[in-house]
Amino acid sequence: MIQMKNVYKKYPNGIVALNGLNVEIAQGEFVYIVGPSGAGKTTFIKMMYREERPSSGQMLIDGTDIAKLKSRKVPLLRRNIGVVFQDFKLLPRLNVYENVAFALEVIEEKPKAIKERVMEVLDMVGLKHKAKMFPRELSGGEQQRVSIARSIVNTPKVMIADEPTGNLDPETAWDIMNLFEQINSKGTTIIMATHNRDIVNKLRHRVIAIEGGLIVRDAAGGDYGYED
Amino acid sequence: MKIRTFGRHIKESLKSLGRNGWMTFASVSAVTVTLLLVGVFVMIMMNLNKVADDLENDVEIKVFVSLDADEEAIEQLEEEITDLAGVESADFSTKEEELTDLVLDFGEELSLFEQSNPLFDVFYVKAVEPQQTETVAKEIETLEYIENVEYGEGKIEKLFDFLNAGRNVGLILILSLLFTAMFLISNTIRITIVARRTEIEIMKLVGATNWFVRIPFILEGMWLGILGSILPIGLIVVLYQRVTEFAQPRLSGELFQLLEFSPFIYQVSALILAMGIFIGIWGSFMSIRKFLRV
Ligand SMILES: Nc1ncnc2c1ncn2[C@@H]1O[C@H](COP(=O)(O)OP(=O)(O)OP(=O)(O)O)[C@@H](O)[C@H]1O
Ligand SMILES: [Mg+2]
Repeated sequence: MIQMKNVYKKYPNGIVALNGLNVEIAQGEFVYIVGPSGAGKTTFIKMMYREERPSSGQMLIDGTDIAKLKSRKVPLLRRNIGVVFQDFKLLPRLNVYENVAFALEVIEEKPKAIKERVMEVLDMVGLKHKAKMFPRELSGGEQQRVSIARSIVNTPKVMIADEPTGNLDPETAWDIMNLFEQINSKGTTIIMATHNRDIVNKLRHRVIAIEGGLIVRDAAGGDYGYED
Repeated sequence: MKIRTFGRHIKESLKSLGRNGWMTFASVSAVTVTLLLVGVFVMIMMNLNKVADDLENDVEIKVFVSLDADEEAIEQLEEEITDLAGVESADFSTKEEELTDLVLDFGEELSLFEQSNPLFDVFYVKAVEPQQTETVAKEIETLEYIENVEYGEGKIEKLFDFLNAGRNVGLILILSLLFTAMFLISNTIRITIVARRTEIEIMKLVGATNWFVRIPFILEGMWLGILGSILPIGLIVVLYQRVTEFAQPRLSGELFQLLEFSPFIYQVSALILAMGIFIGIWGSFMSIRKFLRV
């Protein structure tokens, strides 16, 4: 379970990106984070995998304040969190299989277990037949599916996505959302920052709206709300 | 760490060496030049030290006994000298014996002095510690029936001054070269880090440990250092072999000797290798601290 208590974040340049957030997200929830550009969505998300630390307040995951975590312990935290970005962040020199396997190799999994697990997730995202292809040979949607496969290959409890459909056409975006639904249905918490009104309005889930570093709305099954 | 992981790190670090091509070459060359200088320098300094030690151990005080001293006085003087603190031995040599030595050294022409010997009776005094030579000499000077006291005044000191000066100049030169080499290595590693930043970002994102991320870069630095020490070690072994081959027969029976080839040259080689590894690892740490932030 994720819990933020009075999380305040001021960047070194003086900008206050989060201005005292209080929020609780239970295991297995699907949450959209919406809000205008510069509202603090990305900062909110970075708090959860300790890419950034709150300037004050607590960022609790299963009762542990990860803001206070020793840097030595951060890797263990991240093994329980899958992260997906708008720009996929695939390694161009590695093929699809290798890109996904990379996530397990660098945490020193056994080679046999890696092979099995990678084929399993590639099957799940529908790319088993393209395992030997390189990122540049794939469409944007396919690349995003590879990156999703990589994020879940270590079976994390939480998956975090920052505008995962931002670079995709509407139809491909829906493919990705179906994948997210499928992952969420297996009990993985999903937290997704998005500007995609259509998706938020049609695929109803809890919506947390942020504006100027504050939570202005938090509604189960809410709609996108404001005009861009 | 698991062997498999270590194999992966080694592979990655070797790949980087190849990919960085020219930077690898530049760093290795810088290390090579630096270590070659270190090697030659150490070789010379250690040998000069040895020579100085050898010579120092041979410093004798030559005490000229005044002509007024009769046999009894000479016996008493001998006792006084041997009783002085720090004196190891005092060997007496009459002026006749001195002349015989001179004739042996410089030829029969000197035997004409046998009619009226212009030399003095002499004590050859050795101090227990070479450093005490000067004090002992000064004390002997204050005794009665002393005409004059001589010892290797200044010569040893000059050698030691020279050694110290040489050491300082060498150290400064080597230190600046060392920094150049480290700087080049750290630049090479920086290039690797920049070239692999996405990979590093993902590694950290999926929970690779900090050491897992760092080790390939440390290894790469280490290879640069090791590669840079191969040529210096080879050259120095060959060079010293030539030097000892040339010098040993010519120095046999002299007061001083060069250091034996073994184990000296193996110690120097080990030092060069260790320094190479140190420069390499330190250089990569400089970049890791600045650019890796793990
Ligand atoms: N690393 C940083 N250093 C300084 N200021 C930052 C940094 N990252 C974000 N900010 C600032 O913090 C504020 C919130 O940024 P954030 O990226 O969280 O917004 P966002 O809601 O994700 O916006 P968008 O929808 O455009 O992605 C902005 O004013 C931004 O300029
Ligand atoms: Mg953002």
